[in-house]
Amino acid sequence: MLYVVITYLWLALLLYLLLGGADFGAGIIELFTTEPNRPQTRRISYQAIGPVWEANHMWLIIAIVILFVGFPGIYATMSIHLHIPLAIMLLGIIARGTAFAFRNYDAVHDNMQKIYNRVFVYSSFITPLFLGIIAGSAVSGRIDTQADTFLSAYIFSWLNTFSFAIGLFTVSLCGFIAAIYLIGEATDESERKRFVRKARQMNIAAVISGALVFIFAAADDIPLAGWVFGNPVGLTAVALAGISLVLLWLLIHRGRARTLRLLAGFQITMILLTVTYKHYPNIVILKNGYLSLLSNRGDDKTIHALGVALLTGSVFILPALVYLIYSFQKRDIQEH
Amino acid sequence: MDDFIAARSQMALSLGFHIVFSCIGMVMPFFMAVAHFYWLKTKDPVYRNITKAWSKGVAIFFATGAVSGTVLSFELGLLWPNFMKHAGPIFGMPFSLEGTAFFIEAIALGFFLYGWNKFNPWFHWFTGLVVGISGILSGILVVAANSWMNSPAGFDYVNGRYVNIDPIKAMFNQAWFEQALHMSIAAFAATGFAVAGVHALMIVRRKNPRFHYMAFRIAIVFAVIAAILQPLSGDLSAKDVARRQPAKLAAMEADFKTEKFAPLIIGGVPDTATKQVDYAIKLPGMLSFMTSDDFNSTVKGLDQIPKEDQPPVTVTHYAFQVMVGFGMLMLGLALLYLVALAWKRKWFGKSWFLKLFALATPMGFIAVEAGWTVTEVGRQPWIIQGVMRTADAVTPMPGIVYSFYVFTAVYFSLSLIVVFLLYRQIKMVPVVYDI
Ligand code: HDD
Ligand code: HEM
Ligand code: HEM
Repeated sequence: MLYVVITYLWLALLLYLLLGGADFGAGIIELFTTEPNRPQTRRISYQAIGPVWEANHMWLIIAIVILFVGFPGIYATMSIHLHIPLAIMLLGIIARGTAFAFRNYDAVHDNMQKIYNRVFVYSSFITPLFLGIIAGSAVSGRIDTQADTFLSAYIFSWLNTFSFAIGLFTVSLCGFIAAIYLIGEATDESERKRFVRKARQMNIAAVISGALVFIFAAADDIPLAGWVFGNPVGLTAVALAGISLVLLWLLIHRGRARTLRLLAGFQITMILLTVTYKHYPNIVILKNGYLSLLSNRGDDKTIHALGVALLTGSVFILPALVYLIYSFQKRDIQEH
Repeated sequence: MDDFIAARSQMALSLGFHIVFSCIGMVMPFFMAVAHFYWLKTKDPVYRNITKAWSKGVAIFFATGAVSGTVLSFELGLLWPNFMKHAGPIFGMPFSLEGTAFFIEAIALGFFLYGWNKFNPWFHWFTGLVVGISGILSGILVVAANSWMNSPAGFDYVNGRYVNIDPIKAMFNQAWFEQALHMSIAAFAATGFAVAGVHALMIVRRKNPRFHYMAFRIAIVFAVIAAILQPLSGDLSAKDVARRQPAKLAAMEADFKTEKFAPLIIGGVPDTATKQVDYAIKLPGMLSFMTSDDFNSTVKGLDQIPKEDQPPVTVTHYAFQVMVGFGMLMLGLALLYLVALAWKRKWFGKSWFLKLFALATPMGFIAVEAGWTVTEVGRQPWIIQGVMRTADAVTPMPGIVYSFYVFTAVYFSLSLIVVFLLYRQIKMVPVVYDI
């Protein structure tokens, strides 16, 4: 059962990165779209994410619940030492979620829309930035559980170049997924071209921020290159990600929307696999030690019950979710 | 304000904010399902308009409820890491099941809000109902987690360690049923009176009276039934509290003295120095009767509880009075409505009658907030009754005060915006749904 739970934790993270990421990305794309094109981008992304909007963000809650029920020590340590970035991320989640709902459901369309839009696009940037910072800090080895000053215990645990680079990398990935996703939703050729262009820009941003991640890792003595390239699984995953990226760019003008989405999704999956594979089960790396999923787990009975709950939950959730996505895609295609 | 108080205040603020949205999220889907049902049956477009108008409001509330809930699941750790470290694996069961319930709710909501004219109408109707059912289920599950804090079960506490953990036993602790029942009914009473009140006000103001009258009639039925059941369920809760948390009961009642034939103390000003309650109405023997169905039973007072284990008396006592007081007012309104229904149909058109209901708009929510204050403040100084003190659970990080200020500002502005949006929604009814 322990492995069932760990698999679910990983899947929840992956799905949050993919679905929640596409959702953040739509806002990021809007942020980097010129004013005249924004209303159209807004309309398309609303049509695309409206129905699944709530569901996309459930994956974060599932991950957090798995963490605090199954691996409470890890949840508690992260909550203490990453309090500040977590709180900022939460403020981002509040701002984004409410702005999204307000702009779509306000009965009157007036200048308030400008405020909602602004809040929405900025928080769409900040939230994944801090998600990335939190993820980066978890593996950066800067969390010091024995720290005795405020700065070293609560600030330098996350405020460092490596974590920020990971944050920017996450933002670029979200933008990239969203752009690829929206290519399939575009209603005419010029829109499609615009999203292709956005995908290219986001891809370049991801490459640059990815390079920064490696540079800062090297500067900070974080053995990132070793994790990624030092083992066959990581190496294969990186290679596959690279191949799928090349394929994606070859197919971008001719390929079916679904193929492009699958390739992009596959690529993200490989990236997550690479970075998590090598240092599993030590998902949090402290200044002086590790927090291992295996040794920080809750009682056996708890893990068992949690596993059963997740498995039974999936029986209900997955078919319903698939049907939701399927039926809205089918209807949209019919309507066009 | 010190960091400990700030952490408690931030938790209270976040929960107090969230509960409003969760009540609406649990109950409104049922109101919509009724209106939607009438629309499908009678094809009277007013019912369709009511359903649509409500669903726009619900979408706003739902999103706000979902983000504030997400914040809570992090805040438990951000503010009470030491509590979660030990309690997480014990009381986490309902949370992991709740994940499923939320998920179903979010999926069904997607179908419902975006599914107009896209699906078989009865399938569409059904998805709306599923939103409500899974909402109630998640409410019951979270309350089961909270009731575990009041009535810890499913583990042994030996030498500071938590052993023999049984998450299923923890979930079905002694308090879960009474609390979940009371909470679910409260959600119906609060949302019912709030919705009915707003529509009543609109009828008085003669804005689309037919629309608002039909909406009023749907909401008020739920409100009336809930308001009648609520005191009965509250009585069950009180007996339960007397059994498991005598200190909380004593604080609720400002009952300083242990005695037989204990009086029920209503209102008054508790004075913790003199251990007297001034200006109160005392009903002799009633407290003994209420807590055990026996006038001569002994009720434990605060004098038998060590000073360091006593909850704040004044807050708990007042909060309890407020809850029961508003509960009685709502019961009165419910009976009045039944009288009108049975004998005085013409009251429905009278402005004084509608104004009474308009006045009742916030009552249920005030009672809900007060009730939670009783439950939570009455549990102090414990975060897990009798096992862990709240002060030992708080985060070691200094500066929580600033976090509290920021979240207060955020929640305050969000509340303003939600009210503003709701106002606009109602104002637009004649424009969007004029028939
Ligand atoms: C519409 C709202 C509402 C109304 C009218 C009432 N209550 Fe209530 N009450 C709640 C809403 C509420 C609540 C907010 O939902 C609480 C907080 C925790 C819980 O489970 O329910 C609660 C808690 C609560 C508790 C504490 C339970 C605990 O700590 O576990 C008691 C003893 C009562 N109630 C008793 C009553 C009585 C005797 C009422 C008589 C009229 C009453 N309530 C009306
Ligand atoms: C939504 C309705 C709820 C409201 C309005 C509410 C209200 C409050 C209040 C007023 C406090 C502060 C008490 C004090 O410090 O004096 C508090 C504390 C707390 N509540 Fe609740 N509560 C609610 C439900 C829950 C639930 C469902 C849980 C957990 C499953 C929970 C967990 C906590 C925790 C962990 C604390 C902090 C520790 C403590 O003060 O004991 N609450 N809540
Ligand atoms: C008595 C207290 C509570 C009740 C009755 C309650 C009920 C609900 C309901 C019905 C929803 C659905 C959203 C909506 O309709 O607006 C919701 C959302 C949520 N609640 Fe609460 N809740 C309570 C306290 C808590 C606490 C203490 C937590 C966290 C520890 C929490 C976590 C969440 C989360 C994560 C969501 C978002 C789910 C989504 O996206 O749909 N809730 N809650």
